[in-house]
Amino acid sequence: MYVAVKGGERAIDAAHAWLAEARRGDAAVPELTVAQIREQMTLAVNRVMTEGSLYDPDLAALAIKQARGDMIEAVFLLRAYRTTLPRLGASLPLDTAAMTVQRRISATFKDLPGGQVLGPTFDYTHRLLDFTLMAEGEAPRAPTAPIRDEPVPHVTTLLDQDGLIEATPPGEAEPGDLTRAPLELPADRALRLQALARGDEGFLLSMAYSTQRGYGRTHAFVGELRIGLVAVELFIPELGFSVEVGEVELSECETINQFMGSKTEPPQFTRGYGLAFGQNERKALSMSLVDRALRWQELGEDDVGAPAQDEEFVLSHADNVQATGFLEHIKLPHYVDFQAELELVRRLRREALPEAAE
Amino acid sequence: MTAQAFAQQALTGGFAEPASQSARAFRMALAVLSQPGTIRQVEGAAPPAPLSVAAGTLLLVLADRSTPLWLAPSHDTRELRDWIAFHVGAPLVAPANAMFILGTWAALQPVDRFPIGRPDYPDRSATLIVETTALNADGPGLRGPGIRGTARLALPEIAAFRENRRLFPLGFDCFFTAGDRIAGLPRSTIVEAA
Amino acid sequence: MTDAAFNFAYLDEQTKRMLRRAILKAVAVPGYQVPFASREMPMPYGWGTGGVQVTAACLVPEDVLKVIDQGADDTTNAVSIRKFFVKTAGVAVTEATADASIIQTRHRIPEHPLTEGQILVFQVPIPEPLRFLEPRETETRKMHELEEYGLMHVKLYEDIARHGAIATSYAYPVRVEGRYVMDPSPIPKFDNPKLDGNPALMLFGAGREQRIYALPPYTRAISLDFEDHPFRPTKADHACSLCGSATSYLDEVITDDRGGRMFVCSDTDFCRSRREAAE
Repeated sequence: MYVAVKGGERAIDAAHAWLAEARRGDAAVPELTVAQIREQMTLAVNRVMTEGSLYDPDLAALAIKQARGDMIEAVFLLRAYRTTLPRLGASLPLDTAAMTVQRRISATFKDLPGGQVLGPTFDYTHRLLDFTLMAEGEAPRAPTAPIRDEPVPHVTTLLDQDGLIEATPPGEAEPGDLTRAPLELPADRALRLQALARGDEGFLLSMAYSTQRGYGRTHAFVGELRIGLVAVELFIPELGFSVEVGEVELSECETINQFMGSKTEPPQFTRGYGLAFGQNERKALSMSLVDRALRWQELGEDDVGAPAQDEEFVLSHADNVQATGFLEHIKLPHYVDFQAELELVRRLRREALPEAAE
Repeated sequence: MTAQAFAQQALTGGFAEPASQSARAFRMALAVLSQPGTIRQVEGAAPPAPLSVAAGTLLLVLADRSTPLWLAPSHDTRELRDWIAFHVGAPLVAPANAMFILGTWAALQPVDRFPIGRPDYPDRSATLIVETTALNADGPGLRGPGIRGTARLALPEIAAFRENRRLFPLGFDCFFTAGDRIAGLPRSTIVEAA
Repeated sequence: MTDAAFNFAYLDEQTKRMLRRAILKAVAVPGYQVPFASREMPMPYGWGTGGVQVTAACLVPEDVLKVIDQGADDTTNAVSIRKFFVKTAGVAVTEATADASIIQTRHRIPEHPLTEGQILVFQVPIPEPLRFLEPRETETRKMHELEEYGLMHVKLYEDIARHGAIATSYAYPVRVEGRYVMDPSPIPKFDNPKLDGNPALMLFGAGREQRIYALPPYTRAISLDFEDHPFRPTKADHACSLCGSATSYLDEVITDDRGGRMFVCSDTDFCRSRREAAE
């Protein structure tokens, strides 16, 4: 005899206990510390901080540990925590021109003020598994060089002096905040950039790639990719001046895009912009390509119907926490609506095939 | 005014237990707006005169730094401004830009200057907190959502609310306050002609 | 006892004010979807974050809360959400529909008639009834503004032309007070008549889609249909195998691999109280 399923609560508790055990894995293997993740899984930590919209390497590392390495789950943990934090103030706009660069490359000029700095990159590594890492060999010390004590102006600033690239005068308007106000379409560029910064790296990568392959091509040159530390300053009204409250590591990408001019604008280069926490090059590059593709209307370009040009499509589907939540919710019981469909299909079949009626 | 007097007036009179007090008061506000004609009691605020306990409580429950407020002349006093600045933080603005409107019905006139929402966003409309003295069922018949058959509520006038209903789904929504009692009149309510 | 690490009902007061303002506007314009700044909750989008935020904004310490999923109190997600509110708000909980002051639900309206003063909070996945006819929010917003609901009738008419019947069996759209077309969440159309003129306040929360909407008590909510193809609520043509009810909505349960099946009430509280009364 069927008895209505009971014991949901017991099942959940047992599942959570099992999850904790599975997370720990073989107890004979030493447990990972949060500090180990923070120091040795840095790029994972950076991604979680970027998409989680919270700069806190320790908490991001904790989230990765708790999520068993599931990056979207870790982003979700960090976001849910972020929501509960009080907002004490807003920093002044970051001055990335004053960045202490660890890496800075330009694909547009062979040499330029501030120089090309390769930095810690996978770019020219040969992708051969390094079995010494498996043997837990000590990493060799990298050679050092004296710090180049010179300003590192943005490439786009240099172009701007000649009027060759669109001007972007600083605006006074306070940017919107997706996490505090519902998204309204069309969105302005600041809001779009916020959505892209929080957006899933894989989604943005595919969108950016699609523009390169011709779905809304904007022909992007990497004017500059720079990674390094930037001071965060907070204006204190009581003091009447701003104070530095810390530093964040950022990846910033500015693309320079061909532009043939429009009715109102002469031929000049245009910009795409990407920014991410920590070293996060793929994200910063992808973001700047998608940003540029989304600007077609403002620049008077044609809508060629490319997915990356479609603001509503991109902004509505870039967020992986939303996407995975809704995708995975189909695991929840749908007995009731499925039953309704079952009855409907049976009835339609009875009417369509009276001889096949049960 | 001395600093002490200021502190007594402006810094007191908020919720002692914000989470539970605002929750209870909100449920009353929800009840009266979803069932026009219903009258409920609220408590928690002790604002300076002329603000009633009920209107003060509604402000504490619903308004904050993100909700521009217009004080009608009946309520635009130094003491009240200070109290609102400390407990609510709502920026004081002109009637056409306000999300909340506070005053006696006479002081609110003309009421056609308040935001009524946009055809695509009818929710972007003002909520009026109307201070009154008579809050009872001695008034015109009300029909519409939230009402089984007909309800009655004393209203300061009829024509303005019939005109407001004509704008539906645009229009403003009202709370009426007297002492510690509140009633609600959403834009969806049809006020019967006298 | 509530967990002291959280504010009452988890959300901070500023968030609750934002939600409460949205709920009041939703009540004032029945059936219209009010945008709100949905917060990231500690449970996934799609698992009831909208309903949870609406419930959290409404709860008072004196409330008695019931949480159901598919009509049942003991489905895992219902258990999980109930636990969340016991932990963060310390409210009393019940499985009895009649004893609850707030009921959060996914996919059902309880069989036991609701009463004035009760609040029914629906978890909503896709609040836009026109979404599957027109995916763009910018377009559907315009359609609601202009009351352009022809597309919806075209869809229903095409069903009739093709199948001889309207092929929508759940999330069946209703017209509210002759104005907005509204998605009642994926309740079976069997439940649609309970939307119309219900004495309880019905609130709908869609977290991921950032929308809240409402049906105040005694509000007209008419299921869309045609005169020659009137709306018909349907259910499995059986009686409940446990309590014998011939009028309640039924879940089908497969009992073996030889085509054996039985039908039981989806509303577990309704079924249990009938069985207890019969004993």
